[in-house]
Amino acid sequence: MSEITQEKKDELKAFIAECSQKQYPDSYLIAVLHKVQGMFGYLPREVMDQVADMMQIPTAHIWGVATFYHYFNLKPIGKHTISVCLGTACYVKGAAEILDAIKRELGIQVGQTTEDMLFTLQEARCLGACGIAPVIMIDDKIYGELDAKKVIALINQYRKGVQVA
Amino acid sequence: MPKIQFKITLCDAPSCIHKHSKQIRQALDKELEKQGLKEKVSIHLSGCLGMCAKGPIMIVNPGYVMYGNLTENDVPEIVQAHLKHNKPVARLVIGEDHLYNRFFRIFGDVDFFGKQMRIALRNCGIIDPENIDDYLSLRGYEALAKALTEMTPEQVVAEIKKSGLRGRGGAGFPTGMKWEFTAKQPGPEKYVICNADEGDPGAFMDRSAIEGDPHTVIEGMIIGGYAIGASKGIIYIRAEYPLAIKRLEKAIAAARENGFLGTNILGSNFSYDIEIRLGAGAFVCGEETALIHSIEGSRGMPRPRPPFPSVSGLFGKPTLINNVETWANIPVILLDGGAWFAGIGTATSKGTKVFALAGKVRNTGLVEVPMGTTLREIVFDIGGGIPNDRKFKAIQTGGPSGGCLPEQYLDTPIDYESLAKAGSIMGSGGMIVIDEDSCMVNLARFFIEFTQDESCGKCTPCREGTKRMLEILTRITEGKGQPGDIEKLERLGTMIKKSSLCGLGQSAPNPVLSTIKNFREEYEEHIYQKKCRAGVCSSLLSYTINDNCVGCGACKRVCPVDAIEGTRKEKHRIDQNKCIKCGQCYQTCKFSAITRA
Amino acid sequence: MEKLITIYINGREYKVEPNQTIMQAADKLGFHIPRLCYHPKLSIEGACRVCIVEVEGAKSYVASCAYPVNEGMKIHTNTQELRRARRDIVELLVDNHPMDCHTCERDGNCELQRLAASMGIRARHFEGERKQYGVDVSGDSVIRNPDKCILCGRCVRMCSEIQQVHNLTQAHRGFNTVVMPAYNMPMAESVCTACGQCINVCPTAAFLEKNYTQDLFEKLNDPNLIKVAQFAPSVRAAIGEAFGLEPGSNMEGQLVAALRKLGFDYVFDTQFSADLTIMEEATEFLERVQNKGKLPMITSCSSAWMKCLEQFYPDLIDNVSTCKSPMSMQSAVTKTYFAQKLGVDPKKILSVAAMCCTAKKYEAARPELNVEGMRATDIVVTTREIAWMIKSAGIDFLNLKPEEQDHPLGMSSGAGVIFGTTGGVMEAAIRTAYELYTGQTLVDIEVEDLRGLKGVKEGKVLMDGQEIRVAVAHGLGNACKLLDTVRKDPGRYHFIEIMGCPGGCVGGGGQPYAGVNSIPLDEGALRKRAQALYDEDRSKTIRRSHDNPDIQKLYKEFLQRPGSHVAHELLHTHYKQKFPKGIVPKSSLQ
Repeated sequence: MSEITQEKKDELKAFIAECSQKQYPDSYLIAVLHKVQGMFGYLPREVMDQVADMMQIPTAHIWGVATFYHYFNLKPIGKHTISVCLGTACYVKGAAEILDAIKRELGIQVGQTTEDMLFTLQEARCLGACGIAPVIMIDDKIYGELDAKKVIALINQYRKGVQVA
Repeated sequence: MPKIQFKITLCDAPSCIHKHSKQIRQALDKELEKQGLKEKVSIHLSGCLGMCAKGPIMIVNPGYVMYGNLTENDVPEIVQAHLKHNKPVARLVIGEDHLYNRFFRIFGDVDFFGKQMRIALRNCGIIDPENIDDYLSLRGYEALAKALTEMTPEQVVAEIKKSGLRGRGGAGFPTGMKWEFTAKQPGPEKYVICNADEGDPGAFMDRSAIEGDPHTVIEGMIIGGYAIGASKGIIYIRAEYPLAIKRLEKAIAAARENGFLGTNILGSNFSYDIEIRLGAGAFVCGEETALIHSIEGSRGMPRPRPPFPSVSGLFGKPTLINNVETWANIPVILLDGGAWFAGIGTATSKGTKVFALAGKVRNTGLVEVPMGTTLREIVFDIGGGIPNDRKFKAIQTGGPSGGCLPEQYLDTPIDYESLAKAGSIMGSGGMIVIDEDSCMVNLARFFIEFTQDESCGKCTPCREGTKRMLEILTRITEGKGQPGDIEKLERLGTMIKKSSLCGLGQSAPNPVLSTIKNFREEYEEHIYQKKCRAGVCSSLLSYTINDNCVGCGACKRVCPVDAIEGTRKEKHRIDQNKCIKCGQCYQTCKFSAITRA
Repeated sequence: MEKLITIYINGREYKVEPNQTIMQAADKLGFHIPRLCYHPKLSIEGACRVCIVEVEGAKSYVASCAYPVNEGMKIHTNTQELRRARRDIVELLVDNHPMDCHTCERDGNCELQRLAASMGIRARHFEGERKQYGVDVSGDSVIRNPDKCILCGRCVRMCSEIQQVHNLTQAHRGFNTVVMPAYNMPMAESVCTACGQCINVCPTAAFLEKNYTQDLFEKLNDPNLIKVAQFAPSVRAAIGEAFGLEPGSNMEGQLVAALRKLGFDYVFDTQFSADLTIMEEATEFLERVQNKGKLPMITSCSSAWMKCLEQFYPDLIDNVSTCKSPMSMQSAVTKTYFAQKLGVDPKKILSVAAMCCTAKKYEAARPELNVEGMRATDIVVTTREIAWMIKSAGIDFLNLKPEEQDHPLGMSSGAGVIFGTTGGVMEAAIRTAYELYTGQTLVDIEVEDLRGLKGVKEGKVLMDGQEIRVAVAHGLGNACKLLDTVRKDPGRYHFIEIMGCPGGCVGGGGQPYAGVNSIPLDEGALRKRAQALYDEDRSKTIRRSHDNPDIQKLYKEFLQRPGSHVAHELLHTHYKQKFPKGIVPKSSLQ
């Protein structure tokens, strides 16, 4: 996903061209960065340079924006992204222990990716599933009512390539 | 074409999906096919119905029969009995509701809904949010038609002023006044913004409102645009809410098709359109000036006010910003009148408020109650009290900007002023119930960790001050607290509140200051006796092995630091010098042989 | 004038003008509210919160730099509670700062240090984790030390608003916010033009020039070297400030004496080669006018501007004069003409330039400016560095008897003097070009239209009936404005002067730090420094470059004539488009 092809560059170019037709084109920078991340999984520097060039926005400004918002990845991410909800409800119900268990199991810290590029670990603010706290989200799937044991079993299933419903 | 006889609404929110609502949908399709009812029953998916604890939820209309705790196996019975023979399956019914009261409804038999009153969420769970006809059938866009055909913009503003509606985003600024300021600014370029950057941990009111009824928000925004003379509205929503975004996109497209958006809306001279802009993970963007910077494509950092956005907002133009819940109230106010709305609630706070009830409470989910309802009613009558026979300790309102109120404040009626007086805030609607198993110092630490992580870094008090508060709280929870730490927290907290640039900093110390005020003894215990009464602060705990030990060795194997020794089938022991208090042995032991103190 | 309004400060009633901030009103009334992120030339940030005041009725303190006065407003600037809040705010900055004042280059010149002292911070209550990112010493001119940064944002605003280079941004957020170029790339690889204005506005030592004083002291002690100094016009107009004098005190003679005392064998003057530059540049200009060459011609003296050109305006490279800067011309003739005169191997000459400029360090390192395979300028030190060296060497600068520059590269005309201020190069060029073109002497040589601190200035000269339209811009932001006009309307001007720094060289990135009661780049101070140069110009009998007898001698003995082959070899160069990482080429190129 993360490789930079001419095709993708052209797609991005078309998207930016569309934005530049609108009033206040600079204001679409964040939308463009969302697009870039959607295409590459993260914000490659080469592509940010291209965005700077096409939108005529200083690279430093783009860098400032890219680093401000936690949604944007500045490095390639793993095949699966595990987001541990640390919202209040989950926290009260032991999210910290779950996070610790995952960290131990994967041997990585929050924001890091496992060497096999399988998992990226992230903290999340409330995922809006407080009713089944504590929850984690793997890619776009929410798993709730977890404990340390269940979460490790879950990770093992992803390792085997089996997705749990 | 056969007539639809039943309409089924299935909750499609994360909690219910987790509880296999998707499988129920499949089973339902299969069963309807099998029993030949496919043409007679329509199935709709809804946003969160607010009954997460009893999910998955399914509602059958007519009759508003609500089923809960469903499994796939229940489906054939429901199809057979209810949908074929019109006899609801009593054992699965968790509530019915026949009471429609004009535009809001009071839910009937279910306890969870008993004291609720739904205005903002009036359609949530009732309509198919992806079908504009559903919304139209419940007087959708009538308010807009009324505004455009019968009212001048000034009259619309006057009606909102009359309603006494105040901003539901947290600060509680009178909405009508905000509209009036913006309406008075010179045009023609003005903007309307819907702040859907809901970010409080534990809060999901806005997401549910949009997922459940996107058109209400859109209608509110169109009316707002008409009232202030704007031709463009922008919904700023968190990128983390893909379903809400999808529903908004669909709803906007449908509104355009039906002539509620675009040029010469409903044949009037008024033209208006709405665009969606995504946030990218920054809590501070809930602050209006930060939000504006974010829409403009910059770092979402607040700026000093004045000038206020109503004078100089998005792209330097007059801008009206309200949050999702505020917008959702607008159509009802226009339809049923400001006076009607002002009849609900307390002297200073009118209408209802939506809360996301979570934490140590039996019924978690969304609740919408009239202003003036007491905290006790919410926690015990609606929330069903504390599970597992634990004792109530505090209620946290207002998320990271709010405070923790202990038992003596339970009879506080909910309105902006009483909550502030009690030492908390209304906030956007997060409400967390805390029982005796929670450590207040640790909770305060959690909130300040959140705000310090979300601080934009612009102003010194918030950037540097919350960091220092976090450090002090961390050392207290790690048993390294020092005399004077409480006073330092109070001194920093007071300064940060008064000196910070924006609302985030000005409210960041609230959870700390309110827990110090109400639970000072817990702080003192941590500092002087190195004790955490809730058993949460792991550094203050010790693990020992008691006589239940059978010497299975499971604890020894999981201990990451080899602190446990003992021969097989004999009682093991923990070397306290080596133990890092990770609690792994405690979790692993099947014989309750490990004591945590 | 608008009707006055009534405000109350600390219980007393005052009548003030409306439509101003509390800080502005208070300043005029003699209340100096402490401040940090505020700078009158930059946008209002309201971030540091040092300038907070209490306004009755407001639920929190307000930033006086941003908050407007209203009728009847009751303001308190000095309550006990407010004092404590301010003190704690400054302490929080100090707590996240290395506190290595004794070994810091800005010791004694640091705004944070002064603030901490005036707040009465005598103990620290909130110590904790401190940022540690390390120092970026990659650049030839500007050193970035984020560990000392207190995030006031003045550098970022300077770089983007005034200079419009947009090299610096705040990256990341909250406690982890760091000021850096895009991608956190080294300054050397960034689009930094080395103008040094970030250093000028930085309240601490988060930005510094690359310091060559130790290197220079060492070389000054090397008996095998012939030590030759030159110093820029605006150094003499500003260096006194480093010794406590008022801005605009011309210390030319004392500086010559001090440089000799430091160990220089020959003290020349960059003003000499400013005259030389005019000879070459005026000739080049007239040639372009007469032979329909590329116009407008744009000056090339400012090294920050040259980097800006190569990065952002490569399409205008052919418009820029091929003349090297005066510093590089001076060094070039020092290592050729002067070496021949002395009969020594030019490698034995140590050519040192004392400059008001940080970008000159970068310029000196550019290989295309080498002469006979050697670096022409061996060491560049700023006004600040040379002032420090004078102090460090124990030289009683203020009481020195003025001395004169050496021959043959030390004598200058009044035209060479005014190079140091915005508009000066153009004015000097007009004085010579007029005479070269018309054969007549220009009588009214002071071109008022080109003087002063207006961002973009325009003027007209009639030469034999031909109207020559000229323009002057100072500060790269103003330059961008002017150049964007040129791109749209290339025929509008014939000749343009651009200086990279606000006010020209007098506002250079290497000038002394603002004193206790002053602010960086204060317009009053810039005007006074410029005035010192205009006064010196007026005091000279020779005020036109071509009348400088040493210049005439140089051409006669060595260069033959302006624009000759040998002059081209030594005094001219060419610029090339540069693509540092993170560059944004301007759209007109695509």
